[in-house]
Amino acid sequence: MCRLFAVTSDTPLSPMKALEALDAMREGHDGSGVGLFMRDLGGPFAAIKGAPILSGIFTDAGLKKLDTLMMDIGFMTKYRMGIQLPETPPAGTPPRDIYLIRAYDYPRTWENLAEEEKHRRLLKVRLQLREMGEAEGDMIVFSFWPDVIMIKEIGDPLTVGRYMDLDRHGITARIIMAQGRQNTNYAINLYACHPFFLEGFATMTNGENTAFIPVKEFLESRGFDGYIGFQSDSEVFVHILHYISTFLDLPLDAYKHIITPLPDEALNSHADASVLRILKQSCRRLIIDGPNCIIGNLPDGTLFMAQDSKKLRPGIVGGKPGVWAFSSEVCGLDTVIPDRDKSKDFQPMHLDMAMVGPDRKEVKVCRQTDRLSRQA
Amino acid sequence: MSANGQIIPSSLSISDLPWQIRWDQDKCTLCGSCTAVCPVNAIELGVFRKREITAGLGLAEKPSSSQSIRYGIRQRTSPAYACVGCAMCSMVCPNDAISPVRNDGSDKLRYHINQGGQPRSRGGRRNDPSGLLDQIKFIRISMLTDPALDAGRHTFDVNTLLGRVLEPRDALKHQREHGWMPPVREIYPLVIGGMSFGALSPTMWEGLQMGVAYLNEEMGMPVRICTGEGGCPPRLLRSRFLKYVILQIASGYFGWDEIIHAIPEMKEDPCAIEIKYGQGAKPGDGGLLMWHKVNRLIAAIRGVPERVSLPSPPTHQTQYSIEESVAKMIQSMSMAWGFRVPVYPKISATSTSLAVLNNLTRNPYAAGLAIDGEDGGTGAAYNVSMNHMGHPIASNLRDCYLNLVKVGKQNEIPLFAGGGVGKNGNLAANAAALIMMGASGVQTGKYIMQAAAGCLGSEQDRCNICNIGLCPKGIASQDPRIYRRLDAEKVAERVVDLYLAFDMELRKILAPLGRSTSLPIGMSDALGINDYHAAERLGIRYVV
Ligand code: SF4
Ligand code: SF4
Repeated sequence: MCRLFAVTSDTPLSPMKALEALDAMREGHDGSGVGLFMRDLGGPFAAIKGAPILSGIFTDAGLKKLDTLMMDIGFMTKYRMGIQLPETPPAGTPPRDIYLIRAYDYPRTWENLAEEEKHRRLLKVRLQLREMGEAEGDMIVFSFWPDVIMIKEIGDPLTVGRYMDLDRHGITARIIMAQGRQNTNYAINLYACHPFFLEGFATMTNGENTAFIPVKEFLESRGFDGYIGFQSDSEVFVHILHYISTFLDLPLDAYKHIITPLPDEALNSHADASVLRILKQSCRRLIIDGPNCIIGNLPDGTLFMAQDSKKLRPGIVGGKPGVWAFSSEVCGLDTVIPDRDKSKDFQPMHLDMAMVGPDRKEVKVCRQTDRLSRQA
Repeated sequence: MSANGQIIPSSLSISDLPWQIRWDQDKCTLCGSCTAVCPVNAIELGVFRKREITAGLGLAEKPSSSQSIRYGIRQRTSPAYACVGCAMCSMVCPNDAISPVRNDGSDKLRYHINQGGQPRSRGGRRNDPSGLLDQIKFIRISMLTDPALDAGRHTFDVNTLLGRVLEPRDALKHQREHGWMPPVREIYPLVIGGMSFGALSPTMWEGLQMGVAYLNEEMGMPVRICTGEGGCPPRLLRSRFLKYVILQIASGYFGWDEIIHAIPEMKEDPCAIEIKYGQGAKPGDGGLLMWHKVNRLIAAIRGVPERVSLPSPPTHQTQYSIEESVAKMIQSMSMAWGFRVPVYPKISATSTSLAVLNNLTRNPYAAGLAIDGEDGGTGAAYNVSMNHMGHPIASNLRDCYLNLVKVGKQNEIPLFAGGGVGKNGNLAANAAALIMMGASGVQTGKYIMQAAAGCLGSEQDRCNICNIGLCPKGIASQDPRIYRRLDAEKVAERVVDLYLAFDMELRKILAPLGRSTSLPIGMSDALGINDYHAAERLGIRYVV
């Protein structure tokens, strides 16, 4: 199994906090890898919110290729975070030349473009870089998006965090998602490492999506170039979230209805039965299966947790106004928010989705039996 | 053969026949049950004469000769009366004195069955017991990466959709704007394939319908049954049970006068309309009901005179091109029920299936496509069509599905696969394999006849006389003396049994694969086969 931890906080936190939470849950993962997603950044990035940040791992040669390409397009480096590494990496972690976190100024020629078009192009650049790095393995790109940083590496989460000395580099964020991974896929590919990111949406999952192939085939045939990769059966969760939000313009609570629709009987007595039936039928190929606890983040900062239709994986939400955490296990919550009211901790069940909005006032729970928040 | 017998080219001995009767004189009481029941009069009372010479050792006693006569069973050898191996004689024999045995050499009957220049016709299906579907295994077992599901305890949602499903954006748009939504039925993925009233006896039909109604109303399983081409009894047309029925129209339009006239009086819409363009058992050939079976009732329902053979033309005669044939028929049928009933074509699997499918993807009224593979069954066809014509279902279905995937319409046009599903008794495994290769559901007929009514037919050419109205089990006969043998209530019970057992087996396949939330259509990563080329062809894993 994997272990998940996510936190959303009014005051920016160090990612090491999240890694400590993962460490508290280490009996649940084998420490074979770690993934970090950070949004709404503090520290040096607080002042450059609009600038797209490229996160990835590069060799020296890869970096040269990157610079040439970025220069060609017209991107100018705005801020670069150099991560200094000790001589030898910890056991299990391969030596890397550069962990890249670099903010850019948009090319001049993009200045008058609509936000949406800029974002489209950022995706194109990220995909291009990813493709360029595929052959030699000299560029691995996780995200290229304003106010978002991602780090992924092989090895024990806390050890990797200390090795990169994340605290010293002053990276902080108001939203952090972290995954400690169980390597079930043997072939170690960082692209298979959660969290996954696409155009502002991010998800990570503890579980196994047994409906992977039909879901993948459906997404691939939507004609959208961002639905690629599929190194992990969990990557489709972010694609589905992206699809229903951007293509279908559905609210977040519809996500749960898409991936685990209500059984027919419950559906028939639902107040939104007609639209839900249409969604169940037309999005049938997006129904997931198997045990899955999903934690995700929307472009507006909303953090959520959803469970599979049988609730086969652990997951708990707790906190206090201003700071809330979503965790696989309660010990993760205890590590980061020990002073919360534990009697208010909530474990989403098979029909539930728990979310904390950008205001961080409360945990909102939508149950699939409730009405949809917004009509489709 | 008698002393003054004559040998002609088609004179056969018992050794030349495919089925030979073993008869035990010691056990036989000459009750005559076997000769009475034999559907083809293959056996008759035999009188056997024996002369015995007794010669004593001494000279005093003169050698004497005596004659004795004994009665027994004699097997007839002329091609018209060749035993079909049905074993009804064994079934009725009170003393287990008689049974058919398969000739272990190759028979000579096959060269002489075409007497009078008539090639052999029969019922049943391709005489080949092998099948690719049985070789497919389910290899993707979730164990430690997953808490396994429990087939008995967990809930499984296995229903499927029949009907044109809109692309999600279109679906939402139509819903918002109150546009036309194509009708979609939620049904159980195992459909009883088209077997007509006429091909089947009234007791068989009644039993099937009762079983289906029970499954729907008592067991909550939305099982559907297709009528085949032959219309539908008027009372059923006007009953609420019509919603469990898929009405089939084929090139002979038999029974459609009655159906069209009943539309204003229908309490419920039928589940769907199936337009049959082809049948896997005899691709390119029309339906056929031999005159033996066209009695008053059948003639009335089909709207034809009594006792004439009813061949349907190989194609729909009023239409000339695929565009017309498919698009117009679908549209007229949809219109007849006010666009509230899904209408889909059924074709025989062929290397041109893709062309039909591509045509359908562009037709917004096409509700699906049923494809019937070479192992499909039939009530009557030429032996050559059955044995040599057609395309295997697996690769044909897979090609069609992957083509839909390529154009992104895999959820929009459901494919139903048929033809040899459960051929060797492995109904659930075969069905699951087809579903995971992309079928939204499967159709089966022969398995239902075998399991629900005790049909004796086999792929080793046993029985298979469904065409001549003498079905020894009363399944495919219109003679009340014969179909009285079949108790409709018992057929209904068996239909329920077999569906419940199928459902459990399906869950026993899905649970270890970690699937329970939806039917695993297209879950090809679960499949493996130990034939490299088949694996490559089907895009599934090669496992040894
Ligand atoms: S097996 Fe059937 S066809 Fe053959 S003799 Fe017996 S009853 Fe007649
Ligand atoms: S038992 Fe009846 S239905 Fe079955 S093969 Fe024989 S004749 Fe045909």
